[in-house]
Amino acid sequence: MDRILDIVERHTPGRTLRRLGTGMSIIHRGKPFKWHRKHLLGLRDLSVDEITHILDTAKGFEQISTRSVKKAPPLRGKVVVNLFFEDSTRTRNSFSLAASRLSADVIEFTQKMSSVSKGETLLDTARNLEAMGIDIVVIRHSAAGAPMLLSRNIKACVVNAGDGFCEHPTQGLLDVYTIRQMRDSLAGLKIAIVGDIAHSRVARSDLWAMTKLGAEVTFVGPPTLMPAEVGRLPVKVSYSLDQVIEQMDVINMLRIQFERLGGSPFPSTREYSRYFGLTVERMKRAKPDILVMHPGPINRGLEIESEVADGRNSVILRQVTNGLAVRMAVLFLVNQAAAETTG
Amino acid sequence: MKVILNAEQIERALANLADQIADSKAPRQPDQASSDNGLAIIGIRSRGEILAQRLADRLSKKLHKPVPCGTLDITLYRDDLNAPHGTNQPQVRTTEIGFDIDGKIIILVDDVLYTGRSARAAMDALIDLGRPKAIRLAVLVERVGRELPIQADYCGCKADVHPGQSVQVNLVESDGKDEVVVE
Repeated sequence: MDRILDIVERHTPGRTLRRLGTGMSIIHRGKPFKWHRKHLLGLRDLSVDEITHILDTAKGFEQISTRSVKKAPPLRGKVVVNLFFEDSTRTRNSFSLAASRLSADVIEFTQKMSSVSKGETLLDTARNLEAMGIDIVVIRHSAAGAPMLLSRNIKACVVNAGDGFCEHPTQGLLDVYTIRQMRDSLAGLKIAIVGDIAHSRVARSDLWAMTKLGAEVTFVGPPTLMPAEVGRLPVKVSYSLDQVIEQMDVINMLRIQFERLGGSPFPSTREYSRYFGLTVERMKRAKPDILVMHPGPINRGLEIESEVADGRNSVILRQVTNGLAVRMAVLFLVNQAAAETTG
Repeated sequence: MKVILNAEQIERALANLADQIADSKAPRQPDQASSDNGLAIIGIRSRGEILAQRLADRLSKKLHKPVPCGTLDITLYRDDLNAPHGTNQPQVRTTEIGFDIDGKIIILVDDVLYTGRSARAAMDALIDLGRPKAIRLAVLVERVGRELPIQADYCGCKADVHPGQSVQVNLVESDGKDEVVVE
């Protein structure tokens, strides 16, 4: 063990900084950092160093998905529960695959097939699952704060996969990861997040991650789809996509979430796409290297035209691929923090 | 703190390692086309990475053909990930191997061979990347204290070090100076 401890000892922060000081960047990109969070509940409370550490760690997981044996052993013998109280395909599959690639066992839990439909509460469901010896809970819930409630009441690690209109931290992380992959740094970039901001936890998690990494974020959408608290957020607001599109380095098109829209926030879908849709016409006025993002699933022809979604500026599928690496990193890190406390 | 190898002795040890590797004959299997896939050097992060690069340069000159060189991060394969590490938390980094390892004779390079646990992790990590014809282990310093049935095939120097002491390999690329010290 001493040998292994020796190796680790040579990775201590002071040494790496000294190494970098000699002009030799060959050793490590980032400075070593101690991760101590057992739960990932949101990005609002994370420090720049914590976000950067997750992104750097994710880089080491990227290659697992490209080689012939798409599996590594760090979560061998651990159990991950996907506790999804809302519909999801992409995020749930991505978390399942991420956990499987780290050799964890995965339990899929969906509300429709469970005792929740028989009236069981969130905490009772979680405690019952915990009694089976689970290690990590990945939770999606329609109530903001549900992941935090869970984290305070069970011993397992909790990862938020979307809570109400509050946060979707792994989406925010994969979005900044993708931008960093294409542009090296987010510092000074102008980023527009367009559409239904009010009902978007993605917009909020993106905002925290992007501004912490130095980007300038503008929310763009009709006033009826802006959140009431927007004046208190570190963000610019525009009600016209045409006014801002020329300055943007990145544009993130949110899905119109028909399932969440009560009443009629805009007169017709046609009118919405005329003012806020990302069309081929509108793209002609954007910077030639603008990155087009979308958290999916896409309403083709509504918030984004097919030619743009599939076009050369689009990084939409890259976001999905990166999501896997980022989620592997998050599962790995919360487990690493748990190992510190439980031994 | 005691210096057990100075810069000149490290150079000599590396030259010696390169000679040993170049001289050792690979067992022939004439029926397999893969026996021609040749030699490749892979270093274990982070000191092994630098030593691997130096060895690959020497071997390329010696054999008059480029010897491919890569870097392996073994963090995900460590056997102590579920133990507390205090301030020395293992950090996941990238594996950078820009060639196919199938059928190749892989020379795995590390700075110090002690318990053998890093070498075990590295072999598991390599096998997940492909099926090399053979894996051999080359280390700059070998000390007693093996906890697994693993030995070095090529060794730069043997050090007689007490279990309580640590061997620190400093290299110009990472530490500004070539030197092996016992602390």
